[in-house]
Amino acid sequence: MTALEVENVGFRYGARTALSAVSFRLEEGQFCALLGPNGAGKSTLFSILARLNDIQAGRVTIADCDLAAQPLKALAQVGIVFQQPTLDLDMTVQRNMMYFAALHGLHGARARRKIEQALSLLGMAERSTEKVRTLNGGHRRRMEIARALIHEPKLLLLDEPTVGLDAETRRAITDHVHNLAASGLSVLWATHLVDEVDDGDRVIVLHEGHVRADATAADLAGNRSLVDAYLELTGAAETSL
Amino acid sequence: MTRYLVAFQAIVARELLRFTSQRGRFLSALVRPLVWLLIFAAGFRAALGISIIPPYLTYITYEVYILPGLCAMILLFNGMQSSLSLVYDREMGSMRLLLTAPLPRWWLLLSKLCAGVFVGVLQVYAFLLLAALFGVDLPPAGYLLILPALIIAGFMLGALGLLISSLVQQLENFATVMNFVIFPVFFLSSALYPLWRMRESSEFLYYVCAVNPFTYAVELIRFSAYSAFSSMSLLIVVITGILFFGFSVIAYTPARAGQRGRGPSQT
Repeated sequence: MTALEVENVGFRYGARTALSAVSFRLEEGQFCALLGPNGAGKSTLFSILARLNDIQAGRVTIADCDLAAQPLKALAQVGIVFQQPTLDLDMTVQRNMMYFAALHGLHGARARRKIEQALSLLGMAERSTEKVRTLNGGHRRRMEIARALIHEPKLLLLDEPTVGLDAETRRAITDHVHNLAASGLSVLWATHLVDEVDDGDRVIVLHEGHVRADATAADLAGNRSLVDAYLELTGAAETSL
Repeated sequence: MTRYLVAFQAIVARELLRFTSQRGRFLSALVRPLVWLLIFAAGFRAALGISIIPPYLTYITYEVYILPGLCAMILLFNGMQSSLSLVYDREMGSMRLLLTAPLPRWWLLLSKLCAGVFVGVLQVYAFLLLAALFGVDLPPAGYLLILPALIIAGFMLGALGLLISSLVQQLENFATVMNFVIFPVFFLSSALYPLWRMRESSEFLYYVCAVNPFTYAVELIRFSAYSAFSSMSLLIVVITGILFFGFSVIAYTPARAGQRGRGPSQT
């Protein structure tokens, strides 16, 4: 099964083109890094995949469901972690998770079981009774990832999930998400941080709304470093390493 | 259908939990109308004589006259408060969580609206209890009879808030909107003075009050409280409420973001 298929997707904000004929396909259990500098169109693409913005041109299929024709069925297959935290700080982890579960139609013992599973997967089970405000940035992020897994999606979208976190926490979170992909979940990870990409990862380089490259990190780098290859493709001066 | 109800229940419960944790909001929701009732009304009692007008069968005090208008004021402020929290949610990102749920957007917005109405009606009853303690009350049956009117008026005013939240792009602009919406809507209505009084002063302002849907929300509550029924008020409030809600759903559709030239983070 194809977890995600993006075909010739274009998007404009008024006169400004944000995405132009973007196409790629993501298979089951694949980890794919969507690499691009700030303003490349990553967040716009994520907004389309999350159906916060409608598709203006092209087609998106999630787990064999056309996003435009069957948006609710398609969204039910997606877990999303936004760049900006979407947590209620004054509620406990459990309450935040229960709220999200309910938005996906899960309640009662079934919801609690799935929440426990998702939290355990991210090593957060013992924090379920704590208020989110008391958690550090890394734990909050892990909680958001766990939350995105409650309804057992086929596709996990993460939009620059490690922004603002220290190197050690970033590494721990990327490792967690790689493990999720290894267990069969398809992952699209948007980032502008090249060091979050492993050699074996598939990388799509997005720049100025266009796909500039689509290959494994090792193939993309060739005999250079991935950073050099990326800089060459984007000419990005603002790259964070 | 169960999925719909589960989400509805969660959205209402979350809003209620939020409200109970914001003591300041609850307090100001009660103090504001009480100030009007106990201070403003005391000062204006002598200046504003009220003749016998439907639904009243006898002369009434000014405090009794403005009581339904203050109930509507609570619903109006609550609608704006819900609207403010929607704009805040959008800026803070939590609105995205709601809008990416696999449920129709109109249902999610309706759930949010109903949650706000529920909180608003609770505030009205808390205020009516306090007003009764200060000796300003409704006929006993009125407390029950106003419930449907409060729900319908709350829906209309909440939908107005929803519509405003979809149009206001930044939190900073909200104070302006509050000033330009709440005050004209409240003062240009029958909440504080009967329309015939307004007509004596200005024919033009009278017509403005007569086309203000808030006037009909006030009258709907007033008539219900006195076991009377104003079909025109009901009709106008229901139609306006449906229109406001319909426009809000359109304004919250995904396609609008691109058309308005917004960036992805502001959706």
